[in-house]
Amino acid sequence: MSSAATKVAQSQEPQPAPAAEALPEPVDVPPAGAPPRQAPDYSSYRVVAARHPWRWVGTAVVAIGVLAVAWSLATNPRWEWGVVTQWFTAQSVVHGLVETLKLTAISGILGFVLGFILALMRLSASPLLVSVSWTFSWIFRSTPLLVQMLLWYNLGYLYEKISLGIPFTDVRFFEVQTTTLISQFAAAVLGLTLNQAAYSAEIIRGGILSVDQGQLEAAAALGIPAWRRSTRIVLPQAMRAILPTAFNEIIGLVKGTSIVYVLAYSELFYTVQVIYNRTQQVLPLLLVATLWYIVITSVLSVFQYYIERHYSKGAVRNLPLTPLQKARKFFATHAAVPTRRNI
Amino acid sequence: MTHTLTAPTATRGLVEITGVRKSFGATEVLKGVSLTVEPGGVAVIVGPSGSGKSTLLRTINHLEKVDGGHITIDGQLVGYEIRGDRLHELREKDILKQRTEIGMVFQNFNLFPHLTALENVSEAPVVAQGRSKEEARRRGLELLDRVGLKDRAGAYPRQLSGGQQQRIAIARALALDPKILLFDEPTSALDPELVNEVLDVIRGLAKSGTTLIIVTHEMGFARDVADTVVFMDQGQIVEQGTPQDIFSNPQEPRTRSFFSKVLEPAFNI
Repeated sequence: MSSAATKVAQSQEPQPAPAAEALPEPVDVPPAGAPPRQAPDYSSYRVVAARHPWRWVGTAVVAIGVLAVAWSLATNPRWEWGVVTQWFTAQSVVHGLVETLKLTAISGILGFVLGFILALMRLSASPLLVSVSWTFSWIFRSTPLLVQMLLWYNLGYLYEKISLGIPFTDVRFFEVQTTTLISQFAAAVLGLTLNQAAYSAEIIRGGILSVDQGQLEAAAALGIPAWRRSTRIVLPQAMRAILPTAFNEIIGLVKGTSIVYVLAYSELFYTVQVIYNRTQQVLPLLLVATLWYIVITSVLSVFQYYIERHYSKGAVRNLPLTPLQKARKFFATHAAVPTRRNI
Repeated sequence: MTHTLTAPTATRGLVEITGVRKSFGATEVLKGVSLTVEPGGVAVIVGPSGSGKSTLLRTINHLEKVDGGHITIDGQLVGYEIRGDRLHELREKDILKQRTEIGMVFQNFNLFPHLTALENVSEAPVVAQGRSKEEARRRGLELLDRVGLKDRAGAYPRQLSGGQQQRIAIARALALDPKILLFDEPTSALDPELVNEVLDVIRGLAKSGTTLIIVTHEMGFARDVADTVVFMDQGQIVEQGTPQDIFSNPQEPRTRSFFSKVLEPAFNI
């Protein structure tokens, strides 16, 4: 390494000029009258990459730490991996998992639809719509989800019957006992949806505000109808700002559904609790639930990647390759394993 | 019905602006502006920044509501209709219909970044004029060809240079077969070497019979292309006339003082 450096240093002063002693960098200033200087040619030198010893030390320390954690997970018998595998795909656990997914999907979709409506209300010109939307978000963001859940479940205590009719008259089309209408499932969906709507309203509003006003103007000047302006011009561009936070919310919601255990609704977390109360294998069963939550989140992250990529059309000059495309490219260029066909 | 590239005769596109006033908060940006642009005419509006040029342009397609006065296009009121002795504001739907007859090109292009060049050009004819997708596509390609960008039909705006983006924005405005085209400083956001490719496209349109109203700082271009040059300052039209009159022999001291600042000495013969 040092020899190469010396060679470079030497070749940088091919013409010893008299001014070289006075000026540290005489190379760029050829003395008057001298023939035009030729750029030195370094193409025959081998390039040696810079060394980063501390990077290697850091890597080693972290690697040891990771190994230690993995080792303890594998060898500490109290994790009871046998119990984990036994319960991981047990019918009751899978049933709980399905319920969790059901709750997430329903309250996620309803929450974002309601959130979209709330965001449009908040952006409208009507002061009443704006303040109703603001109040909704204010209330549902300021009360604990747990309290909301219990409140919905106990709605029957506040209002014995729920009826549909014309307000301020005695006309009733339909009347039902509150306790029949609000089952555990309904209370859970209601609580999660309304809470989700309050948060997603703000996310969607932020996304819409991030789109340049000029886009709306151009669309209006072209005579594009209002609904089409929102769906074709504004929303696809807003999606880029909405998606990362929205997926954060959905992932939060997946785990947020575990709070429904207070209603004794048999989703994943409650199911696991019931099992370990019976078998006393607390930690392994919590691990079962945790692993499932990790699986769901991982799958969602993959969706997130591809959906975000879809909406980045036109926002970046060239779309980056997907991991799959990268892998294919890698194998196409590096692993030129001679197969029969190309021999 | 066939869509010719240019209006065959200049019988449509008469713009009459009468006593238009507009305020933003306490500032009055248009103080009673009146201007007539004949069908097929080319009016170039010049003046210092903040003189109300862009606002005037934006009132013509009702992007800005006027506070006083009125604007008609071929005798039809913009943004209002007469019922009895009252002016009723038009509903959104009818305003949008009026706007399809008035193309607009913006300083910052305002192309839709998530749509390709061709999708940008063919969106409005389909949703605002109810043409078939195939027809809009075919005509979109024709127009891209006309601005010299047919080979970039599939490109997204960010993959194009500023000059190319503005030419696509012009094609987009032309796609609706407007009677009138409004240009709001079409070259102000461009690098100097890209200005001419856009001006050349506009020059081509000046002979097509479409009425053009152009706000610009390109004085040489204004002299070249305009029938009428309008000088605006502080929300009023100070002076208007042929390019010869306005550039070489301005009557008003304000006009003279403005041109002495913006015209190159060599240009000011």
